[in-house]
Parts: sequence; C-alpha cells; structure tokens
Amino acid sequence: MPMPATGTGRTLYHKIWDSHVVREREDGSTLLYVDRHLLHEVSTPQSFVALDRRGIGPHRPAANLAVPDHAVPTRHRNRPIADLQARAQTARLEENVARHGIPYIPLGDRRQGIVHVMGPEQGFTLPGITLACGDSHTSTHGAFGALAFGVGASECGIVMAAQALAQRRAGTMAVRVEGDLPLGVTAKDLALALIARIGANGAAGHAIEYLGRAIRDMTMESRMTLCNMAIEAGARVALIAPDETTFAWLKGRPMAPKGAMWDRAVDYWRTLPSDPEARFDKEVVLNAASVAPHVTWGTSPEDAIAIDAIIPDPAAMPDAHRRARVQRALDYMGLKAGAPIAGTPVDAVFIGSCTNGRLSDLRAAADVVRGRKVAPSVRAMVVPGSGLVKQAAEAEGIDRVFTQAGFEWRDAGCSMCVAMNDDRLEPGQRCASTSNRNFEGRQGREGRTHLMSPAMAAAAAITGGLTDIRTMGPAS
Amino acid sequence: MSTPLITLTSRAICLMDPNIDTDIIFPARFLLKIDRDGMDDCLFRDRRFDATGRMVPDHPFNDPDLREAQVLIAGPGFGCGSSREQAVWALVDWGIRVVIAPDFGDIFAGNARKNGLLLVTLPEAACEDLARQAQAGGVFALDLPERSLSLSGKEVARLDLSASALQAFLEGWDEIDVILNREMPAVRAFEASHRAAQPWLYAGEG
Repeated sequence: MPMPATGTGRTLYHKIWDSHVVREREDGSTLLYVDRHLLHEVSTPQSFVALDRRGIGPHRPAANLAVPDHAVPTRHRNRPIADLQARAQTARLEENVARHGIPYIPLGDRRQGIVHVMGPEQGFTLPGITLACGDSHTSTHGAFGALAFGVGASECGIVMAAQALAQRRAGTMAVRVEGDLPLGVTAKDLALALIARIGANGAAGHAIEYLGRAIRDMTMESRMTLCNMAIEAGARVALIAPDETTFAWLKGRPMAPKGAMWDRAVDYWRTLPSDPEARFDKEVVLNAASVAPHVTWGTSPEDAIAIDAIIPDPAAMPDAHRRARVQRALDYMGLKAGAPIAGTPVDAVFIGSCTNGRLSDLRAAADVVRGRKVAPSVRAMVVPGSGLVKQAAEAEGIDRVFTQAGFEWRDAGCSMCVAMNDDRLEPGQRCASTSNRNFEGRQGREGRTHLMSPAMAAAAAITGGLTDIRTMGPAS
Repeated sequence: MSTPLITLTSRAICLMDPNIDTDIIFPARFLLKIDRDGMDDCLFRDRRFDATGRMVPDHPFNDPDLREAQVLIAGPGFGCGSSREQAVWALVDWGIRVVIAPDFGDIFAGNARKNGLLLVTLPEAACEDLARQAQAGGVFALDLPERSLSLSGKEVARLDLSASALQAFLEGWDEIDVILNREMPAVRAFEASHRAAQPWLYAGEG
C-alpha cells in the first residue's frame, strides 16, 4: 500500500516516489506509475503514431488532458491559423485526442492556455501525484508538491500506453531560502540568483526541494515561477511541500476533489512534507534579504547578475574555457564587458510565458505601467498565460492599463518564449523578457534575450532600457 | 524502434562549448514538422548556416572530412534545455551514434536511450584530451558487446551498461513493447492499490 507516509526520515521526493513504485527492475531502474499526463500539439504527434502502429489506445484516457499552446497564434483567434504547419499540427492534436477520448481544451475555449498555467488552474495538478508532460518546464507543477517532470515524445507515448515510465531515482538537493525578499524582488529574481550561483548544471541529476520561510511565505504563483526555472539549473524536478496556501489555492478548482473526498485528500497531502530528520544529498542556503532584482547578460540563464552590477569581463577570468564562452556570449548579445547592465536599450518587451504569465505577474507589471507610456522605440507585448488569466485581467481593467500605455494585448499561448508562431524577434533585436530561456536564437534567430521579472520588464518598456525597478518613482 | 548498435569505427566531431542546448541542436521553428523526415537537415541549422542561408564553412558539422563521423565529443551540459526529442532524432538521422561529454541534459539523456544514441559520460579533462586526439585524426572504435570504447587502439572507457540496456542497444528496441509485453500485470496490480489509497485521482472513471 502506498500510504501513509510519515515519520521515517524521508523527504517529500522519496514519499511521492515510494508511493508510485510499480516494480523495481533488475537493471536498477524503477517502473514508476504516472498519475497524470499533460499534452500539447508539438511533442505528441509522434507519440500517437506509436500507439496507432500497435493499434492501441491510452490506458486511462481520463488521466490525460490536452491543449494547444506552443505553435498557436496569439491574435486573430476567430480566423483559421494562418501558418499551415501550425494549423496542421493543432488539427492533428485535435484528431488524435478525439479518436482516443482524451479530455481536450480547444483553442477557442476560454480555459485554453499554456499547459503549465492551465493544468494547475483546472485542478488537474494535485499534491502527491506524479505528472509527466512533453515539455521541460513541467517542473512548474512541483509547486504543488507533485513529482512532475518533462519527457520526450517517445515517453509521452509510453505514458499514454502504459501509465508508467522507467525512471532512476534522483539525488535530493535542499535549497533553503531564509529571510524575506526585499521590496521589488520576486521569485523570478530568486530563481535567477540561484542559477547564477549554482550554474546551469548545478542541480543535474537532482530533485530540488525548496525550503525555508521565504518559500512558506510565497504565493502559489510565485512558487510556480520558482519551480518552473529549476530545469534551468539542470534539476530533474522541483518540489515545494503542500501546505495551507496550496490547499486554499486548489479548493474548488474544476478537477480538484470535492466534498468528503477533498477532506480525505487533504489528510493525505498533510503527510507529504519532508520529515524533520530527513537528509538531503546536497544543500544550498540563500538569504532572501540579500537578493537584488536580477537580469541576464548572456546566453544561459546562469549568466545572471544584479541589475546594478557590471557586465562581466572575460579578461578577468582565469579559466580559458570560461573566458571564451563569456566572450562568445557578449559578442552574441552585443554587450561590452565592464559596462553597467542598467541602461542597456531594448527594442522589445515580452511579458508572458509559463514562468510569468499568471494574473499576479500581469498585476505586478501593470502596477509599474499604470499612468505611463511605452518608450517610442519599444514594441511591448503582454501574452496572458491562459484565457482565464486574460479574462480575470480584463475584469480588473489591467488590459486597459497596458493598451493605454502602448502595449499589445494578446491571446494566451507560449508566444515569444519559444518563437514558434509569428511572435518573434528580428535578428539583432534586444528583448526584456519574462520567459525562462535566453539561449541563442530562442526568441527568434539572432534575437537577444534578457530574462527578468514582470515588473522589471515593464520598467524596461517604459524607460526603453534595462532599469532597476527600485529606482522607478511613482508615475507623474 | 531504434537501429541496432553493435560496433563502429569512426572519427569524431568535437563541439566543446558548454551548455549546447536543444534549441541549438534543433531550432524551435522546425518543431512544426509533424513527421520525422529530413531531421538531419535541421541539425545545428542556425550554426551551420548564416541568416542568409550561406553555409558556415568552419562549423565542424560542415567539414566534408567528418561527414561520416558517428561520434561526437561535447562540452558539459550537452542537450540541456527543451525536452524536444527532435534533437536526438536529428543527431541519429545525421549518423551520430555516440556522444561523449562530461554530463548531459536530463531529458535529452532519456530521449537518447530510446533512440539508440549511446551517451558516454567522462570527466571534463578526459573529454578535452579525447577531443585533442580526435582533432589530430584519432579514430574511435566501439565494441558494445565488450562494453569497450577505444581511441586509436587504446581503450578510453569501459561502458557502464546494465545487461538490459546493452541488449536494447544490440537488438534495437522500443520500450513501449517491453512494458506492454512484460509489465502491464504489475501496472494493473499497482493501480488497484493506488486507487484504493487515493480514490480522488480516479474520480469519474468506471
């Protein structure tokens, strides 16, 4: 029996893992049961081919939930998708899920959105579950105390066919964040500061559990931002123990348990947090109070510095490889070593993505924008993470704050985070972005991405350059 | 179904930059393809060709002498980033069957196993040493049944492969079949107890 799970010095990760072991294999891997599978149009066409070739269907159709998000346009939703490949890919998802009876949220539905925004919104994501999705930012769902991980297309097929995957147990890494985040400093800044410190491979092979008062005090949306970025530190999964904040956020969601079943679920979820005597394989401690607003200067999320810092100088680095990499990143980004990063002019601003496309993110950006205008040289875009986020924002009048300032107000999707639709940078354009990756070409070929929080991106839109949010006075 | 991998003899391509992510290996715009044809055309597309479509002659994947290479030596964090399996499909489609690096993106590593792409993890200094020898014309030989990887006749790694993983590479396989044919009774048995313990996860299912 997989329950109960208390008092044996186990971590949250081990409790969820242990409660999902189907069998231990001879080769040391574990066949792990997968409770839930999120699907989108880009990573699943080949997965369905694998089922069709065998003439089989999903083991449990109701354990799946599908939505188009990556390739879909963020405007003109009343028209057929203009890009023929994107149209075909979205139609293929629709055919596949219809044939197999998989629950589906179509493009025209107000619940449509980025998988990692929509899943939690619907209560599809729950504490204590295992969840897979053909997308690396599936770590987002760890904010609920779910063991959630990204997989490839083959594994999407396996999950559908068998409701299980062969996995190897990860090491555990505690990231303790004590103290309070200063004013103007967000979960995004904390995530960037952590990755800058431990590196893009710093958590490779490990499951991160975030602990400490700063985490306990965080809203669910901030927790999702933090867990979302864990993959950028190389982590296999990220976890935050479910607590009253989690339960309050989930209660009443359409797919969350109801009535007596809710009480029973919560009783179980309360047994999940790591035992006080549990040991982790690695441990990192961060003092929240010392974190400043961060931006990236290079082409890896680990290339992050405080907004009031100086762009690193490769000449000062003792290691030849590091020197070469930093120089290459600076050349790509068109930046000068030793100059302040603040004031770097931007051409574009993107507010959205599974990292920062939730209602609180849009509110934080709108608070900076209210009563101001986007700098004339800047093209600024807000892309809500889901149709429900968009609707809620419009009910609060946030859309008008943005549009009156000169922002474009779009429909939900991955948009310029992955640049698979028309929302992309032109070569050489520089973007203040709330997304999660500043890789070369990520937001469009030869585009230059600076990662930051929504408030910082909003500030960049207003001033036309990278700006310390702490120095922005009230709108005149 | 992956193509069997038993032995190979090949020169190696070297890409020693750290954190070569899956966006570099397979740019996102090509993810709109639904089928798996022509994956090799997309491999390192934006590094092999400039914005005007001209070939970048000094990219190692454009070196005609290395077109037949089946071994890639890479820097740390190879395959980090997006989960896209297309990155692995493109490498295999090109002809690469072995990647040697200090460490790999986690999802990339999972995708590699399922497509017969052998990943060999060696310390950074060892990778750099192998790259130097490879660039000097060294030839790799893989003998999978012997779990041996050698360079210019000298063994450089004993491959840490379980019996089942070895068999998967030797025979070419599809993991779905393994699970469906051998493990579904265990999945169903687990499911029954899991359902009793956490019935809210099965609400509405008969």
